[in-house]
Formats: sequence, C-alpha cells, structure tokens
Amino acid sequence: MANHANTEPVPAGEIPKPNVGWIWKTFFVLVGITALEFVFVFLMDPSTLRNSIFIILTIFKAFFIVAEFMHLKHEVKALIWTILIPMALLIWLLIALVSEGTYSGQAIQNAFN
Amino acid sequence: MSTIITTQPQTTASSATDRPRSGNWDGGNEPFKASYGKLMMWFFLLSDAFTFAAFLTTYGLIRHRYPAFDAAAGKAFKFSTAYWPVPDQVFNAFPGMGHANVPLGFVALMTMILIFSSVTMVLAVEAGHRMDKQDVQKWLLWTILFGATFLGSQAWEWSHFIHGTPEGTLMADGSVFHGANLAQNQYGPVLFADLFFFITGFHGTHVFSGVCLLVYCFIATTNDTFHNRGHYEMVEKVGLYWHFVDLVWVFVFTFFYLV
Repeated sequence: MANHANTEPVPAGEIPKPNVGWIWKTFFVLVGITALEFVFVFLMDPSTLRNSIFIILTIFKAFFIVAEFMHLKHEVKALIWTILIPMALLIWLLIALVSEGTYSGQAIQNAFN
Repeated sequence: MSTIITTQPQTTASSATDRPRSGNWDGGNEPFKASYGKLMMWFFLLSDAFTFAAFLTTYGLIRHRYPAFDAAAGKAFKFSTAYWPVPDQVFNAFPGMGHANVPLGFVALMTMILIFSSVTMVLAVEAGHRMDKQDVQKWLLWTILFGATFLGSQAWEWSHFIHGTPEGTLMADGSVFHGANLAQNQYGPVLFADLFFFITGFHGTHVFSGVCLLVYCFIATTNDTFHNRGHYEMVEKVGLYWHFVDLVWVFVFTFFYLV
C-alpha cells in the first residue's frame, strides 16, 4: 500500500502536519458534560431544578458543537447573529407553549371534576 | 438542432463567468466572508432547526398536558395511560442482556457513538484543509461507520419499543397490550409513542441522509474530484450538516430521555 501512494500525482507542496488538539479538547468537554448529565439522572429526584440543570448543560453542549465543530465562533459577527437571533425567538415559543400545555391539561382535568 | 443549442451558449458563457467578480452587485462582495455554498448550508440548517424545534415544542406542550408520575406518593412506578411515563423506566433495555434493567444504558452508548462520529467528521474537514486525501478518506470512512452503527442502534431501539415488555399493560378495554404503535401504547398516553416515532424517526432520517452524503464525499474524494477542484469544501458543507444532526440529538436526548 505504501508503494501505491507514490504512484499517485504528487500535490504541490508538502502536506502540513495535522492540528487536532482543539478537536480532542472539545470532544472531552462534550463527553464530560454527558457524563455529568447521567450523574444527575441517577443521583437526583425529578424536579424543576433537575430539569433546569439538564437544559443548561444541553445549552453548554450545543455551544461547543456549534462554536467549535461547526466553526461558528470563528465566522464574522453578522453571520453569528443571523443564526442566533432566530434561535432566541424559538426559546420564547418553547416557554409559551409549555405553559399553555400545563394550562390546557389543568382545564381538561377540572372539566371532569 | 440539439448540438447547436448545447454548444453555442457554452462558448459565450465561459468568457462571462471567467471574469473575476469584483463589484458590489455582481457577487464580488461577501458580507459574511463565507462562500455561497456554506452560507446556504447554514440557512438550510436554520430552517431545519425550526422543524426540530417545532417537534420538541410539541413534545413539551403535550407532555405538560398530561399529569406527571408522582414519585413522592411512595408507590413504585408502573406503566399506565393515566400519566406521562418516566423515561428511564421505558428505555432500560440493552442488546444481548435480555430483560435486565439498564436504565438509559443503550441511549448513552448511542450518544457516545454520535459524538464520536462528530469528532471523526471534524478530523476529515481538518484533513481537507491540508489537502491530505488519505486522511480525508480515513476519517470519512470512520464517520460513515459510526453513522451506520447509530442507525443500527436506533433500529434495535425501535424494535424493542414496538415489541414491548413481556408483562405488557392492562388497557382501558380490559386487554393486555405489549409494546407500542401509533394507535396503542403500553408505556403511557398514545401520544408518547407517536412523538417517539416522529421525533426519533425524523432524526434517524437525517442521519440516513447524512450517511448517504458522506458516502458520496468518500467516492468523490477517492476519484480525486475534490483534489482536482483545489479544495475540499464539499466535505466541509456535509460536515456542517453532520454536526447539526449531532446537535439535534443532544436536544432530543435531553428532552426525550433525561427530563
């Protein structure tokens, strides 16, 4: 196989050494946060506090994937805001509809009582 | 007739497109300093994020419409259509371990596989920046392998969910039902199974499309298509898509399995 590589057209200039330290750093951060989530699943009873911890940890994980792996952190500011502002509106939608679900659940329950 | 149509515009078109674009209004201005293809991939992913956000918001709405299982009452958890199930009681099986109770064990493995595939994807993109064809091939193959493994795991997860537990659950009409489909569900309210099928199914479809795109990239890399083009931007664009699929899983994992 090593001989096979020599028969191919040689690219102009030499191939630089890989620079992968930051990739593995991000990987260990993601694995660490996931492990932390499992600690909370098994050591804590379900509560609003536990759910808030999960959501904060999820946003941390999302930040590392989008900023580092998808390289958004290193794009120009205009692109970063173009992506982030519509996502902020979705958070509002999520909160609005979850509280609406609680309300309609209670309304249905009270209708039969 | 057909030869005139196909050959004539080509000669005029090549001279027009060969001119470098430099003006503000002919495509010479790049306000986002990103290529057209990458920018369009970002906007596609934004619209795709809306779709998944709609799914997860629907999940939140419907889940809060049903009462939660009250652990404080002291009774052990039992499947019932009266309240929303506790996820680690539903997803507690592991392939090859029979009916052993491994809460969230398999989904942890699936999450690890997907995070790992994201890492091999960045490594492929990084190799593309260095024009290192061999490395691009190597890391693309690993990513395809992890993606396919994830799809297989999801198939197993679905199969187990559909077939259910041997005890089953006593339904309102007096019969015992095992597993779940779109109309009946032993784990809880019918909508719980519907949302499981739609959300994880939609995500799985994305993973499948991603694997197809990765296979295309691998073939094009092997055929020197990208190398002759002078850049591996296609790997980068498919990489953006692949990381997005991983990102969606992070949210599905939290809202479907943890919360």
